[in-house]
Amino acid sequence: MRSLFAVVMLSGVFSLLSALLFVTLDAVDVAFTEAAVGAGISTVLILGTLALTSRYEQPSKRSKVIPLIVVLVTGAALFYGTLDMPNFGDPNAAAQTHVAPEYLLQSPHEIDVPNVVTAVLASYRGYDTLGETAVVFTAAVGVLLLINGLRRRRRRNPKKDT
Amino acid sequence: MTEFTQEFIVGHMNYWLFIVLMMTGLYIVVAKGNLVKKIVGLNIFQTSVFMLYISMGKVVGGTAPIFPVDMNIDPNVVYSNPLPHVLILTAIVVGVATTSLALALVIRIREEYGTIEEEGILAANRSTARVEEQDHGEVMGGPV
Repeated sequence: MRSLFAVVMLSGVFSLLSALLFVTLDAVDVAFTEAAVGAGISTVLILGTLALTSRYEQPSKRSKVIPLIVVLVTGAALFYGTLDMPNFGDPNAAAQTHVAPEYLLQSPHEIDVPNVVTAVLASYRGYDTLGETAVVFTAAVGVLLLINGLRRRRRRNPKKDT
Repeated sequence: MTEFTQEFIVGHMNYWLFIVLMMTGLYIVVAKGNLVKKIVGLNIFQTSVFMLYISMGKVVGGTAPIFPVDMNIDPNVVYSNPLPHVLILTAIVVGVATTSLALALVIRIREEYGTIEEEGILAANRSTARVEEQDHGEVMGGPV
């Protein structure tokens, strides 16, 4: 597909469908975030990039054999890794029996917030969320530094735009 | 040796589907030359990892880990594991931050090189290196 606009739209649709998958897997908070941030903000950001760069992909003469081999080998290794994983939805899996019951049992008494995801995110792992906002802030500063002065440089040097 | 019973295959189908999706993303990143397409491929890869984690938190017969508002919790209700949800919630937001930084880099590359195709960027780099080599060769008195 040469049209990058179609690529971006399809990736937005993919993001929305993955949000639906998260709803069916009981992760409603994740679905909410994916639909708002993944399908919304990401798509808008990539569309903005297309507006500032180019909307069509140039045809490429690269060989597709080596990437295909790399992908197949990596996929086979990952497949081998899943063989001793627990079955889907198994209530006795290690992920379900280790610390997760503690959070489900204690958070009504300790935090008293109905949504356990919110309780863990904002209270038990509050420092982690603080670190996350620091990452987002750093990324925003980086984007501003990179984009800063784009229009000014363009006006000074108009022949580069063609 | 693992036996491939029907129960085993159905129970592991989620992992295998996400591996296929993950490898699709990896293939796009490696094989495509267009930088915007590479970023879209990276997003697909990332989303497949999110799906893998969320599917590991699912319990059969479970529901979303949200209690009734009056906090009268029925002990017979099964809740899915909330910890992967929290982890992935953080990961989605961080993922968008890194994506926006990558897109800003693409805009900057386009400004400097006039293209967002990997081949064009490599060709420009090679020609710059050749010109510099010629200049330095003349200064040093070596063969040009």
